[in-house]
Amino acid sequence: MRYQKNKSSMSKVINLKRGLDIHLKGVAEKSLETAPASETYAVKPYDFPDLTPKLSVKPGEPVKTGTPLFYDKYRPEVVFTSPVSGTVKAVSRGERRRILEVVIDSDGKDEAVSFKKGDPKNLSGNEIKDILLKSGVWPFIRQRPFDLIANPEDTPKAIFISLFDTAPLAPDYAFILKDKNTLFQAGLDVLSKLTGGKPVHVGYHPEKSDASFVSGLTDVETHAFKGPHPAGNTGVQIHHIDPINKGEVVWVVNPQDILVIGRLFTEGVYNPERIVALAGSEVKSPKYYVTKIGASVKGILDGNLVGRNNRYISGNVLTGKKISREGYIGFYDSLVSVIPEGNKFELLGWALPGFGKFSFYRTFFSWLTPEKPYRLDTNLHGGRRAFVLTGQYEKVLPMDIYPMHLIKAILVDDIDMMENLGIYEVVEEDIALCEFIDVSKTEMQTILREGFRSLIKELG
Amino acid sequence: MKALRRYVDKIKPNFEKGGKYEKLRSTFEAFETFLFVPDTVTTRGSHIRDANDMKRTMALVVIALVPALLFGMWNVGHQHFLALGETTGLWQSFWFGFLKVLPLIVVSYVVGLGTEFFFAQVRGHEVNEGFLVSGILIPMIVPVDIPLWMLAIAVIFAVIIGKEVFGGTGMNILNPALTARAFLFFAYPGWMSGDQVWIAGLKHGLRAVDGFSGATPLAEAAAGHLGNLPSAWSMFAGTIPGSVGETSTIAILIGALILIYTGVGSWKIMVSAFGGGLIMGLILNLWGANAYMQVPAWEHLVMGGFAFGMVFMVTDPVTAAQTETGKWIYGFLTGIMAILIRVLNPAYPEGVMLAILLMNVFAPLIDHYVIEANIKRRLKRVKVTA
Repeated sequence: MRYQKNKSSMSKVINLKRGLDIHLKGVAEKSLETAPASETYAVKPYDFPDLTPKLSVKPGEPVKTGTPLFYDKYRPEVVFTSPVSGTVKAVSRGERRRILEVVIDSDGKDEAVSFKKGDPKNLSGNEIKDILLKSGVWPFIRQRPFDLIANPEDTPKAIFISLFDTAPLAPDYAFILKDKNTLFQAGLDVLSKLTGGKPVHVGYHPEKSDASFVSGLTDVETHAFKGPHPAGNTGVQIHHIDPINKGEVVWVVNPQDILVIGRLFTEGVYNPERIVALAGSEVKSPKYYVTKIGASVKGILDGNLVGRNNRYISGNVLTGKKISREGYIGFYDSLVSVIPEGNKFELLGWALPGFGKFSFYRTFFSWLTPEKPYRLDTNLHGGRRAFVLTGQYEKVLPMDIYPMHLIKAILVDDIDMMENLGIYEVVEEDIALCEFIDVSKTEMQTILREGFRSLIKELG
Repeated sequence: MKALRRYVDKIKPNFEKGGKYEKLRSTFEAFETFLFVPDTVTTRGSHIRDANDMKRTMALVVIALVPALLFGMWNVGHQHFLALGETTGLWQSFWFGFLKVLPLIVVSYVVGLGTEFFFAQVRGHEVNEGFLVSGILIPMIVPVDIPLWMLAIAVIFAVIIGKEVFGGTGMNILNPALTARAFLFFAYPGWMSGDQVWIAGLKHGLRAVDGFSGATPLAEAAAGHLGNLPSAWSMFAGTIPGSVGETSTIAILIGALILIYTGVGSWKIMVSAFGGGLIMGLILNLWGANAYMQVPAWEHLVMGGFAFGMVFMVTDPVTAAQTETGKWIYGFLTGIMAILIRVLNPAYPEGVMLAILLMNVFAPLIDHYVIEANIKRRLKRVKVTA
């Protein structure tokens, strides 16, 4: 069955009660500036969970935009291509020679490899897949469970897109997607060719999202969601629209990544242009920048920072990746956050009233000022302990799941229990708040990924 | 502050691997992290973390216990002078009680933390904060005249058998403070029940004035002397004989509000436990076979250790049910059992301790069924879609 029009459930808003909004200082102001051109760019295998990359280029080789840099060892058709033209500057490696970054020196010419363009409606599903794979755009499509790059051989049960982000300092997609309706729809048309007639679901926020943008979308089912973070997470929305059961696969795509897909078919090139919000308490003037995926953050940070002892994060403060002061914007990210490092001792910090401290619990006097934005640092605020408090994690995860029991099942490597407790329905970002509020300071996101690994090994 | 930090940094190498006092590493760490929240930063996962930690959480429970503790100190003195037939001022009573209770607290903390530090050392772990709460709870649930050496043995028993053999805080099945009390109760019953133990001095030959009975309301009720019960107001306010911290329902409710408001204690358990106690009391009222059964149901809630147990001990998150649905069931059943044991057990007039310990054992079973229900919902979904 084809969905010919926008099957909207506008009247019905799914109102999620559980969750937590963390108000941080330095939300990006809604003004757009073109970022200074970056001299170097990088593609980081680290952005793709559990990828085993194999290099296709050597340092010194010339590349164009869209030239493959490396590919997935176990699925060689999935390639990762250069976001700019120039020469391969370096391949930096970490422990056990793991590839961390493939760095490209930009020549500023933006010569691009051309791919077949055309109206996706006139192309077959396989042709579309072929173009997506060759251009390196395929990795923008991710699968659930496990949050991995989608397997090109799968046909998903559905595709899910969330049009709003509720994470701390999140970029405003209504602002980013403004006047990009046609391009976005072009991307959606490509995606709906990949589902074999299964629906493409779009989750939006009745106030934060642009109503005319949402109602203008065709060939999709729209769903309205309201509530505190993580209401904007696709995982949470999937759970309330059509939850993932064992053996099922759904795909998810970020809003800006749909634009990349749209441009591939309208322009015939891999165009990694991206609007990135620069935000956080340590940024002098937080705002939006037009830049490219893989660009160095140096250009937008120079002269724009308050302090020096900072944590630079590509992504949001709950799930993003730590990068250096000259680091590169991640493959999937639309946000660069800068917050202070917390590497300092605090005398009797656990016993002070704590007016400026943010806590989910009302154990600090900061509950007197709930709406005040905070300047939070990276201090762990305590030592690691066994689980003691209970019933708290559920309060920040609006799903019918027991997070603590799931984490415990993973810790004891009980595969059946993990499945029974719903491991297929969550990914790291969904339990990031559980990790944030945990007084036992458990690394839940890391543990969840361990669980995914044992399951994948078990399932073969 | 800087000077202190410099000093700590200076002596720190002695306690690290290869240092002079390497064996005391956990102890050093415990003191260091007590003085300073460490400079550890996040490395993986979430870059920011909640300001709350285990120390803060446990400290908050201790704060919630303070009203009941202060009242208990005053009441120790108040009861003592009442037995002597003397009238005294607020501060005199308090000071007397303070001097009586302080040694209990010191022994409890020194012995308990000593045992904890020893285990942390042997295991190479950080010292856990769990005993901060147990250490203050134990003196509050014993008669004031308990000999200090008995208390010390009970604390050691509770920390080792009640907690450390299971792997420490977070892993234990039974509430450690109640384990200590149960140990005393069965090992030294003469010091834990009767009409003599609740008033400071009676056990040591103090002669009470004529007409003064040191019996707790529960003992009076169990003996069928309903006429001797203190007024409901004094039982609510707490000017009655009993364990150090258990008597004042008002002070306990202040603690309950602190726990509920900060989100540290589960209001679901508290509400359902009081509900369970009330319902069981009503059922017994209907039956009414003896005098004890005729005690008005709501009076049970302010008598003995019921309020204290249902606010501070059933809610211990480690030994309580861990699922939200489970908490309703767990609290309710604890309330029922507490009154049931209290009234129907001929051997001793209080049932709260045994009810909580019993339900501690059943909590995992309750959770098991709640989680099974979650699993079934998930499996059913597959069948519906298939």
